[in-house]
Amino acid sequence: MSKYLVLIFRDEDAEAQATDGEISPKYREFMDRRSSALLGGVALEPTTTATSVRIDGAGGFVVTDGPFAESKEAIAGYYLIEAADLDEALEIAKEVPAPFGGVEVRPVRVAS
Amino acid sequence: MPKAASSEVAAAVADAHRREWAFVLAATVSITGNLDSAEEAVQDAYASALATWGPRGIPDNTGAWLTTVARRRALDIRRRAQTAKRVLPKLVERTDDPGFDQIDEDVPDDRLRLIFTCCHPSLAIEAQVALTLRLVCGLSTVDVARAFLLPEPTMAARITRAKKKINDAHIPYRIPTTPELPERVEAVLSVVYLVFTTGHTAPSGASLMRRDLAERGHELARMLRLLLPANRDVAALLSLILLTDARRDGQQDEGEQGCLLADQDRSRWDQRAISEGIALLHEVLGRRAPSRFALMAAIAAVHDEAREWGDTDWPEIVGLYDLLLETWPSPVVALNRAIAVGFAVGPAEGLLQLDRLANEPQLSRYGYLAAARADFLARLGRTTEAKLAYEEAVILTDNEAEREFLAAKLENSTGESRPWRDGP
Repeated sequence: MSKYLVLIFRDEDAEAQATDGEISPKYREFMDRRSSALLGGVALEPTTTATSVRIDGAGGFVVTDGPFAESKEAIAGYYLIEAADLDEALEIAKEVPAPFGGVEVRPVRVAS
Repeated sequence: MPKAASSEVAAAVADAHRREWAFVLAATVSITGNLDSAEEAVQDAYASALATWGPRGIPDNTGAWLTTVARRRALDIRRRAQTAKRVLPKLVERTDDPGFDQIDEDVPDDRLRLIFTCCHPSLAIEAQVALTLRLVCGLSTVDVARAFLLPEPTMAARITRAKKKINDAHIPYRIPTTPELPERVEAVLSVVYLVFTTGHTAPSGASLMRRDLAERGHELARMLRLLLPANRDVAALLSLILLTDARRDGQQDEGEQGCLLADQDRSRWDQRAISEGIALLHEVLGRRAPSRFALMAAIAAVHDEAREWGDTDWPEIVGLYDLLLETWPSPVVALNRAIAVGFAVGPAEGLLQLDRLANEPQLSRYGYLAAARADFLARLGRTTEAKLAYEEAVILTDNEAEREFLAAKLENSTGESRPWRDGP
């Protein structure tokens, strides 16, 4: 078995404009269905609450308001999953409710 | 086995390389679980063949011999990797000739697994094509680079990156399950078609490697037909390739560009390939809505069945392009449909259809649109506009032979009115 991180991306503007709201039942349903493959995961507060910390090149840090990379879709949460191979991981990824964006599947590096 | 002369051995190894590479590599990956070490083992097996087939004779079943040696090497490589840190190197290497009785004839045919891995949708299409040529066709990285007119380091990096992704992301080495099969077969067919067209549209005087691609695409389609005999999309692609390739020798003069369907010597078309392609097409058309490749093959068949250029059934071709646009909407298909309309109805109507496509971003750098406009304008006697359109086409065309052809048209822009390129 291999581990993958499923990063959930979301267009926060689109989500704010959506009125039919309540998607958490879909997440609960997904987590029940795939409980055996899920090793962990969290949902995140929106990027308006984010703080970025960068190395300033002079031995210190620069702390700024906002996400690390500005883009239309921001990371909204993640699942750490276990799957036999990429195909199985992609099957699970397709079931993650992500109505305002999509997901990125990344293999977790195995220390050699 | 009788001893063999070195020229015979070289020919037998080259032949086995072309015909058996995919089978041997696919069977070896099953043992190593890793593409790189499998490739190393298979290369060693071919090297052993060169060394041992002379003195010991060429085996009857070269593929089985190579597979046995490669799989044995793979086991050695794996053992060596596992024990390298603890054990001294082996003092005696086992001979690589498996002999008659040790050849394992029952190795499963794993070529489909190899093909589906190389054409996995999580890899970029360029990487899928490069991996297929490298691993399924056994081309060297240098040759793959040459075929796509890229520097070798660029191609080597592309292949390395793709193999690393297969390894690290655990892209499986298996045949997709039934529900996902149609989509995955479509991905494989797109790769094979891309290999074929890259070779097929290569101009005369292009590197041999480039022309070799058309043959490789043809061989890949045949291999798939053998491995997936019940799949109609596979049959459709093989039909399309046969019906297109059948016209390859129809060029009037060697060294001239071969793009003019109108000027081809139709007696030199390969009738056997045409019959085979049409038989396959009959198998495909019918019950179900025809796929993209089936419709393209049907269009090729209409051209192939016309005894003379003037006999071409253009209304039929327009009808097929209409269906193709429904299944595969693309500006390039729309362009070819517009050209067909120009021949079915007349140049004025063709021009009208072409001008509707003028704002398609995908066609804005596409020389064929300007060339087709020029052709219709010339037929309508609008010489000045035709000249401008030819000039535009010359600028946009990157294929040397096609550019020369267009330049000649430009010189004589009152010239004949013929479409200058076939195929969608």
